[in-house]
Amino acid sequence: MAEEREIAEAMISEIHKKITDAFDVFDHEYNKTVDVREIGTIIRSLGCCPSEGELHDILAEIEDEEPTGYINFDRFLPTMTKVLMERRYRPIPEDVLLQAFEVLDQEKKGYLMPEQLTKFMSEEGEPFTQEEMEEMLSAAVDPDKNVILYKDYVTMMAVEAP
Amino acid sequence: MGCGSSTTTVDYSLKKSERAMKAAILIQRWYRRYTAHLEVRRRCTWTIFQSIEYSGEQDQIKLYNFFSSLMDHFTPSNTKERDLITSIFSEKEINEEMELEKYYDFENIHLSEGYKGPHLCFPLTASHAAALVEAFRHKQHLHARYVLQLLLETWKLLKLMPNINRVSTCYNKEITVCGDLHGKLDDLLLIFYKNGLPSVEKPYIFNGDYVDRGKDSIEILMILFAFLLVYPNQVHLNRGNHEDYIVNLRYGFTKEVMQKYKVHGKKILRLLQIVFSWLPLATIIDQKILIIHGGISRSTDLDVIATIDRHKYVSAVKQPKRRKTTRQGQRQPGECCCGINRNDSSPVPSTYRSGSDSRPLNSISKGVRLSVDKELERCRKQVGLSDDTRVSLLLSESDTEQYEASELENAEWKQVVDILWSDPVNQEGCIPNVVRGGGCYFGPDVTKEVLEKHNFQLLIRSHECKQDGYEFCHNRKVLTIFSASNYYEEGSNRGAYVRMGPDLIPHFVQYQSSKTTRKLTMRQRVSRVERSAIRDLREQLFAHRCDLLRAFEQCDKTKKGKISLNDWANTVESVMQLGLPWRILRSQLVPNTTDGHIDYQAWFEHLAIEQPIKETPQSSSLLETLYRNRSNLETIFRLIDSDSSGLISFEEFRQTWKLLSSHLNTEISDQAISDLARSIDFNKDGNIDINEFMEAFRLVDRNPS
Repeated sequence: MAEEREIAEAMISEIHKKITDAFDVFDHEYNKTVDVREIGTIIRSLGCCPSEGELHDILAEIEDEEPTGYINFDRFLPTMTKVLMERRYRPIPEDVLLQAFEVLDQEKKGYLMPEQLTKFMSEEGEPFTQEEMEEMLSAAVDPDKNVILYKDYVTMMAVEAP
Repeated sequence: MGCGSSTTTVDYSLKKSERAMKAAILIQRWYRRYTAHLEVRRRCTWTIFQSIEYSGEQDQIKLYNFFSSLMDHFTPSNTKERDLITSIFSEKEINEEMELEKYYDFENIHLSEGYKGPHLCFPLTASHAAALVEAFRHKQHLHARYVLQLLLETWKLLKLMPNINRVSTCYNKEITVCGDLHGKLDDLLLIFYKNGLPSVEKPYIFNGDYVDRGKDSIEILMILFAFLLVYPNQVHLNRGNHEDYIVNLRYGFTKEVMQKYKVHGKKILRLLQIVFSWLPLATIIDQKILIIHGGISRSTDLDVIATIDRHKYVSAVKQPKRRKTTRQGQRQPGECCCGINRNDSSPVPSTYRSGSDSRPLNSISKGVRLSVDKELERCRKQVGLSDDTRVSLLLSESDTEQYEASELENAEWKQVVDILWSDPVNQEGCIPNVVRGGGCYFGPDVTKEVLEKHNFQLLIRSHECKQDGYEFCHNRKVLTIFSASNYYEEGSNRGAYVRMGPDLIPHFVQYQSSKTTRKLTMRQRVSRVERSAIRDLREQLFAHRCDLLRAFEQCDKTKKGKISLNDWANTVESVMQLGLPWRILRSQLVPNTTDGHIDYQAWFEHLAIEQPIKETPQSSSLLETLYRNRSNLETIFRLIDSDSSGLISFEEFRQTWKLLSSHLNTEISDQAISDLARSIDFNKDGNIDINEFMEAFRLVDRNPS
């Protein structure tokens, strides 16, 4: 019983350190606060994959009653610990991602036209900004054929676990 | 039937659009996570470059402080020591008025037959200046005679200018403000290409740091000074903290000039010292916008700044010191008198008192002085001076008075240092800028106070590299503008300049001066800059491996050669003191870990870098100390290489190393130094070539990644 608790404590301690490190990268003044606009990046860098809507929910928990534009580490740590312990917003497995692309590729050709993807990403779900769209296209479009071979793209983009 | 089919259609289409939305969100979530990872990598890379850069600046100042205190408190009693110290600190005072033209007798510098570079004739015209730009664009070299002549003319003009330039946007002129250029000629050419050359219709303000780091510093200066001479009312140059010969010794400008101008380089550098000291400190637009290079402090007072003798501060790193008074207590001729332009009877206002809010660059408290004396004593013993020749090192109270400048002089000096070295931060207050070693960190409250005191609406400054070339802070009351793109590495950042018309609304233009980066994806760009930063970081770690090893061994209680990830991160930070996110960087620095532990001996093997100088067990820690301090050493060598031959003798090398080692608190035996000197003398002629020496420390990566 005690051993189990030790293991759990060690795990929490590790999680705390991970969260602290990620937070510190964006803590420019070394005063344990970060700009609220960076919270999404921090949470994602810790391995989570929330949607924008889910991010807003987390922020609602963390932010002060009167938002100052800054988030304090003391409020971030407990919430983020829970998120990681409960393994919320897990990353998406490759095959599920492929299925998402295939929703667009009805004929199962194996590729998409850039205009198709652009329209889809800019109009559906939580739309991309123009910058995000351009960045994605710059890496995704095969320069010779001018199409998006989405299976190759997904494989190429697989993020190594930190 | 109709209802049935329509329901099915509606259901299907609802399902379809719901599926589409879910699919879109999936892809968007996944993509945003990917870009977040890239952003963290980019941020870490940035922090690496910045912390290495600032700790280098701090090193430089510490080194200079040490030698400066040596000058004050050390009485050399053999010729060798005295020669060394005086050659480091000799200030060949030139009576500017009379002797400059005679000393820089460029009339007798003849152009060689084959000279194909640009020709200048004075007074300069706009077409001369434009032709100069074109010549440099085609990588031509300007003859030393013209360099000296141009510098002399510039000096004559700058002397007439006040400390603070006042500019107006009347006649609907748009003013362009540029930040740090740091020797990046490509960026200046790009700015002129996009924005036009300076002219009566196109005024420019350049905000300092024209030199160091980039490879075309002298060309940038030539261009800017040429346009200054042609359009003295439309081109304005502020001084930056790099317009300072002490800083130039370390950051590459001195080296660049000596390499490009082997015969006349020394003269050019000396004249540049004077020209730099005459650069104005600030520019004000329409009495509403203040433009200075670094920042401000709580005590910044433009009325004070307007009256000081700015050319006294040949280097802002040096605290003003009064020379020893003669027996009658009279000041010696040539000494700086701060009362020359001021009414001596005016009372000293409270702002003059040197406050605790910024650190004068050479603050030596009594306690520090004592420990310096102890070190000097040790140093003297090492050098082998007998006890009879012992000189009293601890000066009496009354004696020390002579070596300290008055409060007034210190307060003035502080005004200059603050302007050139300070950085804005988001926290309120004003504290010493310990990372850089000079000036302060000023908060939004200080900005508000100082701007209100002078009725300004905006402070424009440079001094810090920004990812996008510019950045606002302090409620948009402070604007940082930085014009050197790819400053740390190809692809690291954009440069920017800002234009303002009479409405004083800023319009920004951003650019990046390389063609290749545009074709790379974000991931490729981030990776490339990251590789460069990690390489620099590995060098830093390798340079400290003896300290790191010792610290790891202390931590490793089981003595099995392994420590936990956590201990690794904490230990590395305590040794390196760079404030970096070591856990996040770990995967790039330490390739293999076994169950959460790192084999630190193997890690050093992995970091290992090939060295052209053979390492023996005896010499390895010496070599490491040398390697770690190569920038310091280069600085000192260039200082003592008074005839700028590029060579220093064994004896000079030995003496230098002895002094440096007392600064570093290490014990080096005479034999070890001599052996090392001999091994560095590659052509065996009894002299060490400075450049060869530095080359020996350009280490080759054994594990190219």
